[in-house]
Amino acid sequence: MSFMPYVPPEQMMKDRSEFAHKGIARGKSVIGTEYSDGILFLAENPSATLHKISEIYDRIAFAGVGKYSEFEDLRISGVRLADLRGYSYGREDVRARDLANAYSQALSTIFTQQMKPYEVEILVGEVSEGPGGDEIYHILFDGTVTDEHGYVAIGGHAEALTNALKEAFKPAWDLPTAVRESVKALRSAEGREVEVEAIEAGVLDRTRPVRRKFRRLQEAEIASILSK
Amino acid sequence: MKDEPLVPPIASGGTIGANPSFFDLLARNRPDALPRGIQVTAEDARGVAHGTTVLGLKFAGGVVFAGDRRATEGYSIADDKMEKVFAADDYSAIAIAGAAGQAVEIVKLFQLELEHYEKITGDRLSLEGKANRLGQMIRSNFPMAIQGLVVVPLFGGFDHKRHEGRIFYYDATGGRWEEDDFHATGSGGRPAKSSLKKRWRAGLDRDAGLQVAVEALVDAAEEDIATGGPDPTRGIYPTVVVVTAEGAARTTDDEVRAAYEAVLAAGAKKKGGTA
Repeated sequence: MSFMPYVPPEQMMKDRSEFAHKGIARGKSVIGTEYSDGILFLAENPSATLHKISEIYDRIAFAGVGKYSEFEDLRISGVRLADLRGYSYGREDVRARDLANAYSQALSTIFTQQMKPYEVEILVGEVSEGPGGDEIYHILFDGTVTDEHGYVAIGGHAEALTNALKEAFKPAWDLPTAVRESVKALRSAEGREVEVEAIEAGVLDRTRPVRRKFRRLQEAEIASILSK
Repeated sequence: MKDEPLVPPIASGGTIGANPSFFDLLARNRPDALPRGIQVTAEDARGVAHGTTVLGLKFAGGVVFAGDRRATEGYSIADDKMEKVFAADDYSAIAIAGAAGQAVEIVKLFQLELEHYEKITGDRLSLEGKANRLGQMIRSNFPMAIQGLVVVPLFGGFDHKRHEGRIFYYDATGGRWEEDDFHATGSGGRPAKSSLKKRWRAGLDRDAGLQVAVEALVDAAEEDIATGGPDPTRGIYPTVVVVTAEGAARTTDDEVRAAYEAVLAAGAKKKGGTA
């Protein structure tokens, strides 16, 4: 039997926290912002197929930064939770708050009990039927969950992005403005050009006439918004 | 939530990757919620609502699926406004005859199966894949089928690889066959099929396809007591779903009524049938 040297819990938490922070800081960022008709998620993502932003349920979307395999694992678990819940009860009973709590529990358990914490940060957004009721939850690698209003940025350049968005954000701005300002914030935080092909964006749009409110913005659409 | 182990036993021959099936997820987490759990006798099965005639046919732009609105319990009419034809996802449709409760549940599960797959993998299943999956789900209902709760679906949609509509039909064992032009099933399936045989032609346009489908249901209602014909006084018309390259959409009652009126107008000229 091997001996584990004694490590004080404060030290252990600090080490794990630093480890997770470092992992996240190396990666790209995601912006989540409310606009007049719903919620926009926007990120720099060189891959067109390995998404950071995805649909979870009719009114709920997910965005993750950090280690792909880990937030992908969380995304899949979220889709499963939501689909099972919706089948067992009703589609309108699947709520972002429940999902955020489930993620918070799972990440907190992983943070304290697994060999290494997940190097991820995620956003869960839910669009309401009318304006003013949208929800965005921000969940950290240790399970800390916060309720965000207006705009939020996670990932490598979260702080610089938040500062840029703080100046630009106006409540109930329209989608083109939100996209343009988010891309501007990304460019200023990165300190370089971000190509249109490398922008991934998805919206939860309450005006969509179908049950599933999530929609990806195609490259052509983003390009046309940015050219104006 | 129970789930696959965190580290898949690759070396031991285990599978890797997330299972994109909602049906399997449900079987693993809530086996009690699956329809196959119940025990019924043949006597019970007679008192269960049954949906009757559904049909599908190909036309130039895709496929038309239609079903009458009646559900029966033995010799009683259980429901005269039942829906048996549904869009399964954006590019396919499913029509179901047989034990109504089971049928509606299987449709609901199948729709979820397709949506769940799409969300987990980020891709739609091919039409072939959807048709196979439905066969497996019907097979899992087999214990219920031998107890009398038979569910027989028709499935079809637009195949974007082949650029054409395709139709599949199934038996109670989950056997799957592809149909070249049209198919009808349920209690009025036989007269509906005879009608389709006379009226269907290759390359019908959308309106003609709709009319042929409605006419087959009218013929079925004349020959089969369990099939409900269109009822203009109460505003009850067959459910019709049309799938084309642009997607699956339910036609409006007005469009179905227009097709029904066209059938009546054509029929008035050459009086026939048993009525």
